[in-house]
Amino acid sequence: MPRSSSEASVETVAGNGILHRRALLGRGLAFAGTAGMGAIGLPTAAAADPLTESPWSLAPGDPVPPYQQPSKFAKDVVRTLSNPDFEPRTSQSRTPHHLLDGAVTPNGVFFTIVHDGVPAIDPAQHQLLIHGLVKQPLVFTIDELHRYPMTSRTTFIECGGNSAALFSPQPLQAGVQALHGLASCAEWTGVKLSTLLDETGIDPRATWFVGEGADAPHLSRSVPLSKGLDDAMVVMYQNGEPLMPGNGYPLRLLLPGYEGNMNVKYLRRIKLLTQPQMSFYESKTYTAPLPNGKAYRFYFINEVKSFITRPSPGSDLQQPGFCEISGIAYSGKGRISKVMVSADGGQSWGETALQEPVQSMAFTRFRMPWRWNGGPAVLQSRAWDEGGNVQPTRAEFVAKRGELPSVPPLLAFQNHHFNAVVSWAIDSKGVATHAYA
Amino acid sequence: MRMHKLLVCSVGFLAYTSFAHAQTPNLGKPIAPSDFAEWDIDIEPDGAGLPAGSGTAAQGAPIFAENCSGCHGNGGKGATTTQSGAPAAPALVTDQKINGVDESTVTIANFWPYATTVFDYIRRAMPWTSPRSLTDDQVYALTAYILAENKLIDPKLVLNAQTLPKVQMPNRNGFLPRFPERMPVN
Repeated sequence: MPRSSSEASVETVAGNGILHRRALLGRGLAFAGTAGMGAIGLPTAAAADPLTESPWSLAPGDPVPPYQQPSKFAKDVVRTLSNPDFEPRTSQSRTPHHLLDGAVTPNGVFFTIVHDGVPAIDPAQHQLLIHGLVKQPLVFTIDELHRYPMTSRTTFIECGGNSAALFSPQPLQAGVQALHGLASCAEWTGVKLSTLLDETGIDPRATWFVGEGADAPHLSRSVPLSKGLDDAMVVMYQNGEPLMPGNGYPLRLLLPGYEGNMNVKYLRRIKLLTQPQMSFYESKTYTAPLPNGKAYRFYFINEVKSFITRPSPGSDLQQPGFCEISGIAYSGKGRISKVMVSADGGQSWGETALQEPVQSMAFTRFRMPWRWNGGPAVLQSRAWDEGGNVQPTRAEFVAKRGELPSVPPLLAFQNHHFNAVVSWAIDSKGVATHAYA
Repeated sequence: MRMHKLLVCSVGFLAYTSFAHAQTPNLGKPIAPSDFAEWDIDIEPDGAGLPAGSGTAAQGAPIFAENCSGCHGNGGKGATTTQSGAPAAPALVTDQKINGVDESTVTIANFWPYATTVFDYIRRAMPWTSPRSLTDDQVYALTAYILAENKLIDPKLVLNAQTLPKVQMPNRNGFLPRFPERMPVN
């Protein structure tokens, strides 16, 4: 076959082989040349082996289970556990971003943090109390909440400690799961908190509320009442099915864009107040000490951020030629407006294709065509949101927030809310490592 | 279906009007404060929510030894108690200084802005294996013990709902909000 006549239209838009995102769209441009040298320069492999029947095509398959599990061949698409022996400490499990695609995280691999185990809550006995500075304290059962007008929205949740290893003064060698696995995205369904507060009535003096869980730590966080009336929800469904136990079953508070820990799981109590509670999780944990000796408290928002999921450490390049650079971008302040990618450590950038629909405060999948020439490369992504907020470079971030005095353990949380540009160095074998560039 | 949509619309438009009440399901059951006292456990920095009762450091020492030292070490000075060697419970009594931006070096004495948080957190979350098992007097006593061992209060001070909110923590003014415009104004 002849080379694609449109080869010339797939131009390079940035250094070291970054192609125009158009190469991912419409047929004919990038992939028309299927033999010989493809339009974007992939040398075709030797002829394929003859095709024959496989065992699974020659006999009946397995019975259908009531609740299906992933294929046994996908057994590695699982979370990693920080506390597998369930020692008396916090347990985290991290999402395998390098093994997923799209913009929604499957429930089975949605990240979980629990501070004293996962409670087994009987929904028939769970109740939500709303009280404090209200006109009438009210109690709702889960059955009753199901009879309220429901709404769904897709939004990410990110632990304030996600990516904390990047406060290290040297790049810790780990993959996207260990470094950035404490963020996930789902479609959540439930009742707007404002609907319930309409029924309790609100004392005009109220400015904050405390959300509290029914788990063993009785985890509590203070939230501005304005957020509660804006877009907060009490949710019961995650990607269409009841919440997972690790994600708050049977009821959790959803605060779109706000630090994960504030999205109180196992929600059983909301109390309206004139002041924040200064709970453990807001006056010690989830604070951010600063170089000037002060510390951020009430950080609230997960700021604009992105990272490349493929290629990434542990998800290496197989051979020179075309590959897709793919990753996740999100902002707790709104929609992602643009993601740029660099293959030369930030010297030049090309604009990526954003997977539709691009939703406010949700994961946005970005994709970029790249022709790897087999030489060294440093891959980076950088995101912008609709408010004009831009993901800082690591140098910009460190100038404001500092870095740790020494290399921390990989899974430690020695500061919070890291959102700077992440770099993956690719060597001539296609192996990706974590780098600072 | 039409009814359902109608209801959603009504809620959206009328949410903040006085007659919105009639438009929502109204399924919540009224409850009296005396019937949710067991749940109403949050303590505010001004002392709101603190229960009756009291305790001293001397009373707290044996309670700490029995209920807390297994994870937090003798005298709250820290211990490695996990098979993996991972840090489990932090040291509660220490003269550790904050090392740069390293949050793992913040402590009750060098960082926590309010002493009420010590009471609140012990009462809601501790001991690890049996939260809510201590009496309010025991929680006051443990709070007094931890504060006194950190030299934050006079060891003789009787902690109660009046004295605890008056404890001045050294780092009370050491904090900034990240987004001041999002902080409520009273």
